[in-house]
Amino acid sequence: MLDGSALWYLSRATGVVTVVLFTVVFCLGVITAGRRRPQGHAATIVMGVHRWLSLGMLVFLAVHIITAIVDGYVSISWLAVVLPFVSDYQPLLVGLGTLAVDLLIVVMVTSYLRHRIPERIWRGLHWVSYAMWLVAIVHGFMMGTADQPGLRLTTLACGVIGGAAVVWRTIVTHADRDRRELINAQEWS
Amino acid sequence: MASSLDVAKIAVDRVRCTGHGICAQTLPDSITLDEWGYPIVTDDQADPDEAKLAVKLCPARALYLR
Repeated sequence: MLDGSALWYLSRATGVVTVVLFTVVFCLGVITAGRRRPQGHAATIVMGVHRWLSLGMLVFLAVHIITAIVDGYVSISWLAVVLPFVSDYQPLLVGLGTLAVDLLIVVMVTSYLRHRIPERIWRGLHWVSYAMWLVAIVHGFMMGTADQPGLRLTTLACGVIGGAAVVWRTIVTHADRDRRELINAQEWS
Repeated sequence: MASSLDVAKIAVDRVRCTGHGICAQTLPDSITLDEWGYPIVTDDQADPDEAKLAVKLCPARALYLR
């Protein structure tokens, strides 16, 4: 039923969908952590989608990985799912995907255990998401096949949107914080 | 956490709370927001399932069951 080329298409398609969903989850996380974040209804929706879409993304990621390996056209071993840079096919670029999976496991496990581990540890390890997202975007863009520019453009657009979210988080400040910094800078009389 | 009871007692850690306001959306019968967006617990008895969801959704991990 599923011959090699169908698996190949399925792997490409689920890869791109994973990148899109991951970017949405990523941006919602960046927005929640930002200084000028949404309030009330919007905050609840953002947080809920962030949590549950991250789980939904795993389905597409799993199909992406399984089809890439089962499809025999290129040689990627099962070991390459967790051990980076051991794939026969494109060791570096497949390895970036593997690296993202390893980082994803760290973020997933710590978030699942969030209420059992100290906030500082969870927060520190949740920062890994930034590296994971960047690695995933590079993996998606560099491996994007040349005959389908649309797929590559989708990944590129995700990179631009995610990058904009990070810039937004960095530059946007809160009025209270600005005021506190001004007061701190004043001379003590 | 008393799992046998059919109500959960909720509380807010005021040091951790950063005023996202999500608890007031998920537990509207128990929590309202003050004028700065910080929660006021009007009724600390809540439905356990809804309370657990609200605890999970709190980004600052300031809402807890006791």
